[in-house]
Amino acid sequence: MIRYLAGRIATMLGTLAVISVLVFTIIQLPPGDYLSTTIAELRAEGETQAEEKVAFLRDLYGLDKPLPLQYLTWVSGFVQGDFGYSFEYGRPVAEVIGDRLFLTLILNFVTVLFIYLVSFPVGIYVAARRYGQVDYTLSFLGYLGLATPNFLLALILLYFANTLFGISVGGLMDPDYTGEAWTAGKMGSLAAHLVVPVVVIGISGTAAMIQRLRANLIDELQKPYIVTARAKGLGERRILFKYALRSALNPFISDIGDLLPQVVSGSVIVSAIMSLPTTGPMLLSSLRSQDMYLAGSFLMFLAVLTVVGMLVSDIALALIDPRIRIGRGTA
Amino acid sequence: MSEPLEHWVSTEPFDPGRTSARLSKPSTRYLEASQARLFWWRFKRHRLALVALVVLAIAYLTVIFAEFIAPYGVATRNTQHIFMPPQPIHLFHEGQFVGPFVYDMRGRLDLDTLQRHYTEDERRPRPLRFFCKGEPYRFWGLVEADLHLVCPPSLGTFFPLGTDRLGRDIASRLVHGARISLTVGLVGVAFSFALGLFFGGIAGYFGGATDYWIQRVTEILRSIPQLPLWLALSAALPVTLNPLLVYFGITIILALLDWPSLARAVRSKLFSLREEDFTAAAEMMGARPARIIARHLLPNFASHLIASASLSIPTMILAETALSFLGLGLRPPIVSWGVLLSEAQNIEAVALYPWLLMPMLPVMVTVLAFSFLGDGLRDAADPHG
Repeated sequence: MIRYLAGRIATMLGTLAVISVLVFTIIQLPPGDYLSTTIAELRAEGETQAEEKVAFLRDLYGLDKPLPLQYLTWVSGFVQGDFGYSFEYGRPVAEVIGDRLFLTLILNFVTVLFIYLVSFPVGIYVAARRYGQVDYTLSFLGYLGLATPNFLLALILLYFANTLFGISVGGLMDPDYTGEAWTAGKMGSLAAHLVVPVVVIGISGTAAMIQRLRANLIDELQKPYIVTARAKGLGERRILFKYALRSALNPFISDIGDLLPQVVSGSVIVSAIMSLPTTGPMLLSSLRSQDMYLAGSFLMFLAVLTVVGMLVSDIALALIDPRIRIGRGTA
Repeated sequence: MSEPLEHWVSTEPFDPGRTSARLSKPSTRYLEASQARLFWWRFKRHRLALVALVVLAIAYLTVIFAEFIAPYGVATRNTQHIFMPPQPIHLFHEGQFVGPFVYDMRGRLDLDTLQRHYTEDERRPRPLRFFCKGEPYRFWGLVEADLHLVCPPSLGTFFPLGTDRLGRDIASRLVHGARISLTVGLVGVAFSFALGLFFGGIAGYFGGATDYWIQRVTEILRSIPQLPLWLALSAALPVTLNPLLVYFGITIILALLDWPSLARAVRSKLFSLREEDFTAAAEMMGARPARIIARHLLPNFASHLIASASLSIPTMILAETALSFLGLGLRPPIVSWGVLLSEAQNIEAVALYPWLLMPMLPVMVTVLAFSFLGDGLRDAADPHG
């Protein structure tokens, strides 16, 4: 188990290293940078004072040095918790993003939780009562859920909330709580505001998950060992939960590798539309204004979130499936 | 037990020279059918996939004949009818059948809220014209023409889905936008196919170190959330770029993150196929790897590839819509469904002018159609799988 863990963590660090190079390259891609634009603007306005500050920043982050060196400065800062400087906000990135990372983490975590909590019982139910009415209805809804892009769903929900109830479903908590300490009231407000975005982001993932669990379970239920169990006189309930479900569970957990990137992508766009105080809207604006360190930090953070999530799912998988732990697995 | 069955004896004369079974007509037809025909027979059983095929055929015909189908040009502005709700089409005027016609819409600006209110002027029916001469256009930007499928009445307007903030006909813009939105998926999948076949092909055929590194790359690409990366990449496209280049830039960006799953599928298939005797035979005869992969191995699972392509087209259509919606993909003056939807970005606009959400409908219909088509193709390609 320890060997497996060590290997898995090494792979993860390698992946993250490659991703960091990728992210750095991408944020360097746009021609020109924020500082030169700022200097040009300030000169046009006849200001000279700010140029010193710009020169200081340029020096601090080595913006006039060759790219590989800039990359090293950025990455080593990143590891130590210095995410660089947001040129647009004129403050260090760590200050600008503040609560956003935490709220993004919560949003994504709750969404994944929602997907599993809903698709697990529903998937088992439709597999056990195959071709029943619930099965057909859910399959149809599932197709619709997969075809409706989540940002459109967010728009529709916003529209109905606005016309039918006259409320706006934006934000993640009541405005009174922003900047306050975490109290029970703040948590409650957060939970209430999380419902809509979580459902919107999670719906397509849930549909896909139900379909997959249903297919896996139906495959298992047709295998000879199930027939044997039935012939021995085991109850249907026992066959389903003790026999078939255990084998069908494996892909269900390893699927998180496909699910997480999807959920994170979805949360970015849905947050942007519903203007949630997560990374989404700020990532967009920083990309538009070429605020490279801010954008880079968000991209890195989202990648870390996904990769670490996958690591956790792999560990969970290894815990329930000895074949993977010992290293002869074909998951 | 019931009566024993009567012993059946063929009435045909016995032919001692015949060694093989004589086949009935349907079974000969089955046995002699080409692979393509068998594929079509299996595909036909999937009703929804057939419907999807028809829907998509109509959609792509619209792409080809966009200028002819749209009543207005893509940028034609009607300053008298800004933010007008959909104009209803009627059949009966004062109890009398007139055929499809519309009433004039009278607009009034509410000076307090600055909102425009439109009412139908029910005095005069204005019949629609079909196969008529209307706004002149250049078909595919090449041939001058002015024939339209349907034209606005000679003195009136025809905005079946309403107008936007510049008084442009949303229906016409949807039809023109289809040209971009529906081809983005095709072009993107073509790029992604080229990449996936190439990398999957060499990984699966050569194995060893090549395979190891390509596997690592695909794993990394699959573990990055796609949308943020797409956003970052398309933000890197210069704003001043020529629209056509932006279009290709976006499709390449979409393909860059799409090929890994295809490459994995190709790799795993090639892994088993390269052990087959016919591969060894081709190698002995001196065929080069590129020829073996392309001529001997890939055709074995071409139908799978087509099915997986049709399943990844909707992802691309949705991605383009999302990018353009957020203002980081295609930008006006290019018209795509995502660009049209970006007009509906703020909630006030959606609440006051809900018809701006119309482009959602074609997006959902095409995405559904491609998923059903893909399901049908997959089932037809792999009847036992």
